[in-house]
Amino acid sequence: MTITKYQTKPLQCWQKAKELRLNYFKSVMNAKRDGKLLAMVDSGSFLELPAGLGDDYIPFEGHPYGASVGGDPEFSQKCVEATEAKGFARDMCAYTRNFWGSMFLNEYLYGGEFPKGEFAIWRSACESEGKFYQLVAEHMGIPGYALDFPLLPGQEKDEDVIEYVVDQLGACIKWMEKVTGRKYDDEKLLKAANNHFESTRIWAEICMLNQTIPAPLDQKTIYTLYFPSVALRHMPETLAFYKEVLAEVKDRVANKIAALPIEQCRLWDDGIPPWYFLGLYRYLEQYGAVVLGSQYTYALHGAWEDYPDGSWGPARLPQERGMRMKTREDILRAIALWYEEKPMIRAMALPEIKSRQLLRIVQDWHADGVMMHSNRGCPGLSFGQVENYLALQKSGIPTIIYEGNAADKRELSEAQVLDRIDGLMEQMGIRKLVGL
Amino acid sequence: MTTSFQNVIADRHKYARQWKARTGGKVIGYFCTWLPEEIVYAAGILPVRILGSHEPQEMAERHISSMYCPLCRDCLAQGLSGKYDYLDGIIGPFSCLHIRQTFASWKTHVPLEYSYYLYVPTIGHHAAAKPFWVKQLTKFKASLEEWTKKPITDDDLDKSINVYNTNRRYLRQIYDLRKDDFPPVSGAECMEMVVSSQLADKAEHNVWLKSAYHEFSTKKERKDPGIRLMILGSENDDTEFVRLIESLGATVVIDDHCTGSRYFWNYVMPKEDRLSAIASRYLNRPACPAKDITQERRRFKHIPKLAKDFRAQGAILIQQKFCDPHEFDIPPIKEILMKELGIPSLHIEMDIVWPLGAYQTRLESFLEMLQPALV
Repeated sequence: MTITKYQTKPLQCWQKAKELRLNYFKSVMNAKRDGKLLAMVDSGSFLELPAGLGDDYIPFEGHPYGASVGGDPEFSQKCVEATEAKGFARDMCAYTRNFWGSMFLNEYLYGGEFPKGEFAIWRSACESEGKFYQLVAEHMGIPGYALDFPLLPGQEKDEDVIEYVVDQLGACIKWMEKVTGRKYDDEKLLKAANNHFESTRIWAEICMLNQTIPAPLDQKTIYTLYFPSVALRHMPETLAFYKEVLAEVKDRVANKIAALPIEQCRLWDDGIPPWYFLGLYRYLEQYGAVVLGSQYTYALHGAWEDYPDGSWGPARLPQERGMRMKTREDILRAIALWYEEKPMIRAMALPEIKSRQLLRIVQDWHADGVMMHSNRGCPGLSFGQVENYLALQKSGIPTIIYEGNAADKRELSEAQVLDRIDGLMEQMGIRKLVGL
Repeated sequence: MTTSFQNVIADRHKYARQWKARTGGKVIGYFCTWLPEEIVYAAGILPVRILGSHEPQEMAERHISSMYCPLCRDCLAQGLSGKYDYLDGIIGPFSCLHIRQTFASWKTHVPLEYSYYLYVPTIGHHAAAKPFWVKQLTKFKASLEEWTKKPITDDDLDKSINVYNTNRRYLRQIYDLRKDDFPPVSGAECMEMVVSSQLADKAEHNVWLKSAYHEFSTKKERKDPGIRLMILGSENDDTEFVRLIESLGATVVIDDHCTGSRYFWNYVMPKEDRLSAIASRYLNRPACPAKDITQERRRFKHIPKLAKDFRAQGAILIQQKFCDPHEFDIPPIKEILMKELGIPSLHIEMDIVWPLGAYQTRLESFLEMLQPALV
């Protein structure tokens, strides 16, 4: 068997991605000192909504913070134990337990006391998400606003859902004006929304480029690159960053610069990774296995659209679809639609929706196999996973599920995960690269 | 009279089959009490809640993650094994992801004439919720009409609302008897009445309830209830568990369960627009934690009120293993009951089957601990 060796080199934008992430967490830490408006906003929520209150708005988002704590096992253990000491169950969402524990201990991962926002906004895409910030607002003694975000299994966009979400967003704006005493500026909302639309669309374009053989990016790298699409998608810096990333990845594709020097097989990933054990991706490199991405990295906030001709790809911007963006209601409508179309959200409506997405992804990204993380405590991303596994197996796609936890190291056996990976490689006839 | 309720629970499948043979009507299974049953019943369909069997199984985990709650896995296993083969359809009213997956896997793997997923707003009291949900109910009603090939008229809805409200009124009257120093009805008997109500034709059930109310309200021989307890938490249809509690010198005087008071506590208030009236009832009913995500915390006002009104001295918090919404609510509820009302509580985690001996020991310790506090 001939093994092709590709040219590879580090990403030039790598450092910028790291800086964006660190600066964000520092800005949260220093918000009070700098006189900024810090709001507790869950990352799945309508991040851009408080932007109309002023340019000094900074969101403190629970899930990215919970994941970051998970990447520091020693601090994470302190946090989850602090949460469990309050009587909360060990099998609850680990992002929540990390965030809450850090809050209860009044210790921030990046130093100092735990930052306190002026108000909180959250939504209900999963039960944990709905309950997470309820307690945050209570513990901090700040006003909170919950939003209902319906998941309907139909393939067609439901105008009633859009209208319902728009009504709630409009009411939330009035509520924010009341609790902050600030006047809301629709122009600022429009700018934040446009940043969100365009940056998440470009992120989808970047992910599309990973269909190329050899893949220009691997999942380990993508974890760093996707962060702004989650936590900072409303910011102009994010849009500028993704334009740079897109140009660089296009260049890598044109020049066949690969993520890995040897690409023996291509894998698709499912679920949230164990953040404290990203070494599993290094282990896969020993097999020349490139992990192409996951719905979590591509589509948690990446913007995708099913085109009328049956194909799919990066979502067209509201303006490109002829949507008016003149009034507040127009902007809110575009925002509601943008969230409603997110494939990750739609996948949580019925397992068969995600199975269809997975089969299409495996084909379009030329994946040879799939590995799934059954993440204890995350009913949202475990929804339908066993049915998805069956659908993949039925289609002849080698697939494994390993059990673990995204952000609680106590819940995962590294040896067992690596054994599973070895099993998958054996099933696919892939051997470790020795001496290449 | 209590045997009628017990018989329906014990022979639920036989009851539904006989109802079908007798009436020629369709039977539909549903997974959660957020279903506005009035609309289904108005279409001449018998809605039957799919509940736990409490028997070990190994079929569901081939379709659902093993860290999803035991109830959702138990229900799916019954569907896959053909225990509900008489159902003409299923309806999944949205409550939580676990139950949604049961609905989805059932729909995929068990042949059915009809299935419907009905979204139920998470924040019932938000101003935007009702107009949205009335539209969803209108679509749902149209779907039933299309399936049965029969319109559901206002008259049908009125009759159905009347039957359901009558059922609720009887159950509330019977529950109120438990406020007495010497309650004439036990917690297990009450649970049987509510659970059987979710399985039987309400018109028939009303006849049994009327008779039961008469029997209990005129009962002369009443025993000392011992320690007055409240039970609350996840879905719990296990009447044997309540019997066990009540065999240890205690009486369950009130509950906050979807197989108890949450199911029937409020009424449909008649209005010209029937669907709007039905929507109001469900959006304002006592919430489960999955539907209580705002800062208002409606449960934290409702539960202490129940405990106070029925003079509970202790509380048993029951949680289906892995039930996230209840896991979020249990620690603060324990604190509220103790701080506001001085009511101690015991937290018990349920699985599909449960260890009788271990639970009995824990219950005995809890009740012993309560004794000195009550002297």
